[in-house]
Amino acid sequence: MYRYDEFDHAFVTERVAQFRDQVARRLNGELTEEEFRPLRLMNGLYLQLHAYMLRVAIPYGVLSSRQLHKLADIATRYDRGYAHFTTRQNLQYNWPRLEDMPDILAEMASVEMHALQTSGNCIRNITADQYAGVAADEVEDPRICGEILRQWSSLHPEFSFLPRKFKIAITGSPRDRAAIKLHDIGIVMVRNEAGGAGCEFWVGGGQGRTPVIAKCINSFVPKRDMLSYAEAILRVYNMHGRRDNIYKARIKILVNEIGIKEFSRQTNEQWAHIRDGALDVPAEEIARITAYFAPPAYEQLQNEPAALLQMRAADPAFAAWLRSNVAAHKIPGYAIVNISLKPIGGIPGDATDAQMHAVADLAERYSFDELRVTHEQNLTFADVRQSDLYDLWRALGKNGLATPNIGLVSDIIACPGLDYCALANARSIPVAQRISERFADLKRQHDIGDLKIKISGCINACGHHHVGHIGILGVDKKGVEFYQITLGGSADENASIGEILGAAFSYDDVVDAVEKVIETYLNIRTRPDENFLAAVRRTGIAPFKEALYAVR
Amino acid sequence: MQYVKHGKICADEWLHVGNEGDLPGQGNLIVPLARWAAVRDELLARKNPLGIKLASSEAPERIREDLGRFDLVALEFPVFRDGRAYSHARLLREQYGFKGELRAAGNVLYDQFSFMHRCGFDAYEVQKDSDAQRFAKALSEFTVRYQPDPDGSPSIMELRLQPYRNVKTVGARP
Repeated sequence: MYRYDEFDHAFVTERVAQFRDQVARRLNGELTEEEFRPLRLMNGLYLQLHAYMLRVAIPYGVLSSRQLHKLADIATRYDRGYAHFTTRQNLQYNWPRLEDMPDILAEMASVEMHALQTSGNCIRNITADQYAGVAADEVEDPRICGEILRQWSSLHPEFSFLPRKFKIAITGSPRDRAAIKLHDIGIVMVRNEAGGAGCEFWVGGGQGRTPVIAKCINSFVPKRDMLSYAEAILRVYNMHGRRDNIYKARIKILVNEIGIKEFSRQTNEQWAHIRDGALDVPAEEIARITAYFAPPAYEQLQNEPAALLQMRAADPAFAAWLRSNVAAHKIPGYAIVNISLKPIGGIPGDATDAQMHAVADLAERYSFDELRVTHEQNLTFADVRQSDLYDLWRALGKNGLATPNIGLVSDIIACPGLDYCALANARSIPVAQRISERFADLKRQHDIGDLKIKISGCINACGHHHVGHIGILGVDKKGVEFYQITLGGSADENASIGEILGAAFSYDDVVDAVEKVIETYLNIRTRPDENFLAAVRRTGIAPFKEALYAVR
Repeated sequence: MQYVKHGKICADEWLHVGNEGDLPGQGNLIVPLARWAAVRDELLARKNPLGIKLASSEAPERIREDLGRFDLVALEFPVFRDGRAYSHARLLREQYGFKGELRAAGNVLYDQFSFMHRCGFDAYEVQKDSDAQRFAKALSEFTVRYQPDPDGSPSIMELRLQPYRNVKTVGARP
């Protein structure tokens, strides 16, 4: 993974000092809360319902064991012994104190981490495919461009007061696990006819109250030009994005209002001025950063070693976990292991300090000292020897981390909702917990198959409900929580926005409604391997509507 | 309010005028864009240096043709959150080649100084006296930066490449 050099170290150290000064000025009254707000937001510090919330940047979702140990220590010392992994591959602490913030940041800086630009109207932490570097169909490791963009976007002098927040996601595979079409800029690593790797730029995707699928703006930008091209897009947005209405300020609205053709023309006009200039990424720098993402020292191994097959046959629980949580690796004898942070009845994405320490130790032992955070709020060990899978599974199980439900009905994305968030209209977490408990039977989950349920507690859509196969949106009706259900959304390479099923359900009824939707699917699927999304796309929402509303 | 130019608090020799009222007979005036459009000839007939102020919604493109007539361009930040003038400053400096005073006006605060400086501003109308007094500190909070600056200070990327510089031209295309 990337390691800071003396310049990166100097930058974060100076950033900690700067924020320490800002906090001191707030505490002594020199700064008003209104003036402090954008400063703290740019550092991931929100004021929530009950306390401050600190969001820590995990660039493109990659963590070392040492970093995770440190994050666990911070949870113990400055929070209440747990933390929350988010849909943007970040980590949140829900109970830190403002006075402690500079020290927390200094602790993070000691392991090459920061909280810069995890909120505010600036370029946010850049997210990427959690299978970066190990997916068989990958064109190029997306973390290389991710790191180049991370550096360029850090305290950018021109783009720190944008009309609204700005999110970039990158995938190196045609199979999109990073939801790049739901981002302000999405990048797919592609090859041109000459065989060189470059960036396909998508622009104007987003969720929130106006969900939009991004449009392709440039099908091949050479890597050396990626910063000047990104800067051109951002400049057009900064100058012309709407600032009169917070709900119309994202780039998706600008792109829709002037059209992708005009947006592209203006981008190219700006690009012409700055291309081949100081933003050119020199080959030496690309090579330097690429070297950090070189493959680890893999051993020469065989696929499916005999001991693995034997344990799989002997232990059905292990077999179930292999089936749902373990994915194919590009190197023979290795596997990708997904660690579910969605235990039955648990809070999606939460981990205790003890669990974080345990995961860090296991990553050190079994996966080259490294792990990834996924946008679906789980963790991934990218490089596990297949011969170690059984031991790893047992060790994870001892820590409550071996729930075999990745991609299944109980692997739910949920925002913090009304339990924590100042913006929420309704609770999300307890709805996720109740659905998870309703479908606690893992055999039933495996029978239902691939199904992504995503829950947001308000229209800001942090829980990605628009792109859930089943999306659930909490709304407030005269002070009472209701839940609107959408069907058929997807965040992958065939991204789609879910369609609203009908009238919203009460907090008490929403779980029954979800179960009814799933029973309807089981009745209409043509074969067990026609998954939920495929069935909805084939039939449309009519049969589901009928099942849910005809009897009412 | 304090006026900071080239990093130092000094006396402001310019006078802002609005869209209404008589123009003062003497003095260096900063006029809004609408006033410039309305009484252009009268303004050009004056001997004194002339400045123009653009609101954040007024693109500098609108004065591009006339840029040579201005000794000063003031860009307004109606609230610090409105960041359009950062891009406008860079256009003026880097694309339109404006060499005169580029002044930040409006809601100009300590924590924005460094960003403004790096986008090409060289003068500031600072609301809080304490902010103006600490101007130099604001610019020295960081000794390194990831982006190239218009003043030519090297970015981190360029610093990393200095060992290679003697043998190869950075950024040259084949």
